[in-house]
Amino acid sequence: MSGLQFFWFLLIGVLFAGFFFLEGFDFGVGMSTRLLAKDKAEREQLVGTIGPVWDANEVWLITAAGAMFASFPHWYASLFSGYYLILLTILFGLIIRGVSFEFRSKMEGQKGRELWDWTLFIGSVIPPFFFGLMFTSMAAGMPIDEKGNMVATFTDYFTPFSIMGALVLTLLCFLHGLNYIGLKTIGDVHTRAIEYAKKLYIVLFVGLAAFVALLYVSTDFFELQTTATTVIVALMVVLSILATYGVYNGKEFLAFFTSGFTIISLVALLFFGLFPRVMVSSIASANDILIVNASSTPYTLKVMTWLSLTVLPFVLAYQGWTYYVFKNRIKKDDVVKY
Amino acid sequence: MTTIFHFFFVPLSIGLGLSVAIMETMYVIKKDEMYKDMAKFWGNIFLLSFAVGVVTGLIQEFQFGMNWSDYSRFVGDIFGSLLAMEALMAFFLESTFIGLWIFGWDKFSKKVHALFMWLVVVGAMLSAFWILVANSFMQHPVGYEINNGRAELNDFGLLLSNPKVWYEFTHVLFGAVLLGGFFVAGLAAFRLIAKKDIEFNKKSLNLGLIIGLVGTVLSIGAGDLQMKALVEDQPMKFAATEGLYEDSGDPASWTLVGWQDTDKNESVWTLEVPYMLSILSYNKPEGSVRGMNTINQELIAEYGDRNYYPPVKTMFWSFRIMAGSGAFLALIAVVGLWFSKRKKTLWDMKWLLYIIGFSMFIPFIANTAGWLVTELGRYPWTVYGLYTIADSVSPNVSAASLLTSNIIYFLLFSILGGVMAYFVRKEVKHGPYHIQESENEINRKNDDPFEKEAFK
Repeated sequence: MSGLQFFWFLLIGVLFAGFFFLEGFDFGVGMSTRLLAKDKAEREQLVGTIGPVWDANEVWLITAAGAMFASFPHWYASLFSGYYLILLTILFGLIIRGVSFEFRSKMEGQKGRELWDWTLFIGSVIPPFFFGLMFTSMAAGMPIDEKGNMVATFTDYFTPFSIMGALVLTLLCFLHGLNYIGLKTIGDVHTRAIEYAKKLYIVLFVGLAAFVALLYVSTDFFELQTTATTVIVALMVVLSILATYGVYNGKEFLAFFTSGFTIISLVALLFFGLFPRVMVSSIASANDILIVNASSTPYTLKVMTWLSLTVLPFVLAYQGWTYYVFKNRIKKDDVVKY
Repeated sequence: MTTIFHFFFVPLSIGLGLSVAIMETMYVIKKDEMYKDMAKFWGNIFLLSFAVGVVTGLIQEFQFGMNWSDYSRFVGDIFGSLLAMEALMAFFLESTFIGLWIFGWDKFSKKVHALFMWLVVVGAMLSAFWILVANSFMQHPVGYEINNGRAELNDFGLLLSNPKVWYEFTHVLFGAVLLGGFFVAGLAAFRLIAKKDIEFNKKSLNLGLIIGLVGTVLSIGAGDLQMKALVEDQPMKFAATEGLYEDSGDPASWTLVGWQDTDKNESVWTLEVPYMLSILSYNKPEGSVRGMNTINQELIAEYGDRNYYPPVKTMFWSFRIMAGSGAFLALIAVVGLWFSKRKKTLWDMKWLLYIIGFSMFIPFIANTAGWLVTELGRYPWTVYGLYTIADSVSPNVSAASLLTSNIIYFLLFSILGGVMAYFVRKEVKHGPYHIQESENEINRKNDDPFEKEAFK
C-alpha cells in the first residue's frame, strides 16, 4: 500500500466524518421540527438555525462520494451498485428534504406549508437511518463475488446488527441536533431541547451497549483491529458520558462537540475496522476489496492530492467564516427568510 | 432521463444567476433601487431553480456508481477525479455563498453582497466546466493509456487542454446565458401584457433581451466552431446531423430539410442549399464531406464489425431545432431591442410581447436538442472509440430495480418540476413588491395579541 493510497482512504474517512458531524445536526434539527417544535413559529426558529449552512454541509457528502469515485473507483462501483435500492431511498430523502427548505417558504396556505414541513422531517430521518444501515451491514460483510459485484438479498441488508446501527446513528443525529439547538436558540425550544436530550441520552447508552455487543458478534473488527476497535469503542462511551454531563449542567459547547465527536468516532470505528480492506466479502475473504487493488493509479492520486491540498484550505476557511457570520442565537420571533 | 431533467435546471441556474448578478452590480454602480428590487425578485426565482438543480445533480453523481458500475471501474481514474474536483472547487463555493447571499442582505455592504452572487455564478460555471471536461473525455479521449482493462490517466494537462473542452464549455455556457436572458425577458413580457409593474418589467425586459442577445450570438459562434471541429473528430456525428449517407459532392450543398430511410441507410428526399455545407464545414465554398456509409466502413475497419449508425432522424432534427432556435432568438432579441429604443413602441405592441413571452421556452427546447446531438452522436460509445454503452452497465442491478428507480425518478421529477413551475407562476403573479408587503403583514400579525397561536 502506498502512502497516497493510505492518505486517500483516510481523507474519505475524514470527509464522511465531516459530513455526519455537520449534516448530522442538520438532520437532527430537521427531525426536531416535528418532534420538538410545538407551533409554526418554533418550526421557523428551528429551520432558521440551519438555513444558511445546510446546503454547504451536504456538499461534504457529494465530495466524499466524488473522492471515493476518484481515488477508489472499484470501491465506489461495488458499493453504489450493490446498495442500489438503499441509496435510491437515501436520494429520495435528500431530494424531498433539499427542496423543502425553498418550497415551504413559498407556501401561503397552512396545509401547503405543513406538507413541505413533513417532507423536511421525513427527508431528515431517511438519510441517517439508511446510511447507518448501509455502513453497518457493510462492516459485517456482504456477498461480493470474485468480480467485485455485490449480489445481496433483503436479509443481507436488514440484519439485527444493521438495524441497530441504523437506529443508533439516527438517534445520535437527533441528539446532536438537540445539542445544536441548545447552542443556537433561546426561549422555550431551547429549554425543551435540553429536557429531551436528558431523557434520550439514557436510551442512547442502551443502544450503544447493544450495538457494541452485536459488533462483537457480527464483525471481525475486534479480532483484526483489537486495540483500535477497543479504544474507539471506549472513546465513544467516554464522549457520550461527557455529552450527558454537558447536557445536565448547561455546558452547551461541550454537549454539542462531544455529541459530534461521538458520530465521528463511529465513522472512525468503521474505517479502522475495515482497514486494509474497503469492502468485506461474506462469501470468501479472497473477494474482499482492498485499498491496494481498489485504488486509482498513482498518477491520478498525485494530481488529486495536489489539487485538493491547494483548494481545501480555502473551502474550510470560507465555510468556517459562514458559521462565524451567522453565529447569533435565533429567537422565536426573529423574522428569518425561509 | 435524469440527465435531460438536470440539464433543464442547471443552465437556468447559471443563466438566471448571471442575470441576477448583473442586476445587483447595476444596483451597486447606479444606486438605482429598482435594480435592487430586480435582483431580489429574479433572485427568488433563481433560488427555486437552484434548489431543484442541486438535488437532481446529487442523483447524477450517485448514478454512475449505481447504474454504470462497470463504466465507473473503467474510467474512475479520470472521470472520478474530475467529479471530485467539481465537488471541491464548485459545489462548496456555490452552496456556501448562496447561503450568505440569501441571509446576508442586512449584514453586508452592497458591494460584498453583490460579490457573493458573482461567486455563486463562478461556482456554477466551474461546475459546468469540470463536468464538461469529463464529457469531453467521453467524446474525445486524451491523456490516458489502457492498462489491465482500465483507462488510466497519464496526463492531466491534456484533459484540460482537450480542444473539445473549450468548444463544449463555451457553447454550453453561452447557451445558459441566453436561456437566462430570455427567461427574464419572457416573464417580464407576459407581465407587461397584463400591465403589471410596468417600469420594473420594462427594465427587466430590456436587460433580459440584451443578455439574451449577447448569449445567442456568442453561442452560435461557439457552436459553429464546435461543428467544424466535428468534421475531423467525430465525422459520424457530423454526417448524422446533416443526414448525409453518401459522400457529398464538391462543393457540398447543405440539406435544409430532408427525410431519411434508416433501414436502407439512404436519404429519401432533401431540400438543399448549394455550397453551404462546404462553408459550414471548412469556411470556404469547396471541399466534400464524407457520408455515413463511408464512415461506417472506416469505423468497422478501425474498431471491428458493429453498427455505427446513430439515431439519424433524431440527430438530424435535433440539430435543426437547435440551430433554428438560435437564429430565431437572435432575430427576436434584435427586433425587440430595436423597438424598445423607440420610446413607447414595444410596450404597445402586444403581438411582439407575446412572441418574446413564448420565446422563453425556446432555449429549453434548443438546449435539450443540443444535448441529444452531443450524446446520441457518440453512439455506440460511452467513451468514444474505447468503451461501448453495453459494457458500461451495472451487472448486478436487476431490471426490477432499474424500473423502480426510473418510475420513482419520473414521478418525483414531474412533481418537482410541476411544483416549481407553480411557484414561479405565483411569484411572478405577485410581482416584485409582494414580498415586502407580506413581510409587513406577518409582522403585524405577530403583534396581534388576539392571534390564535398566542393562546396555545
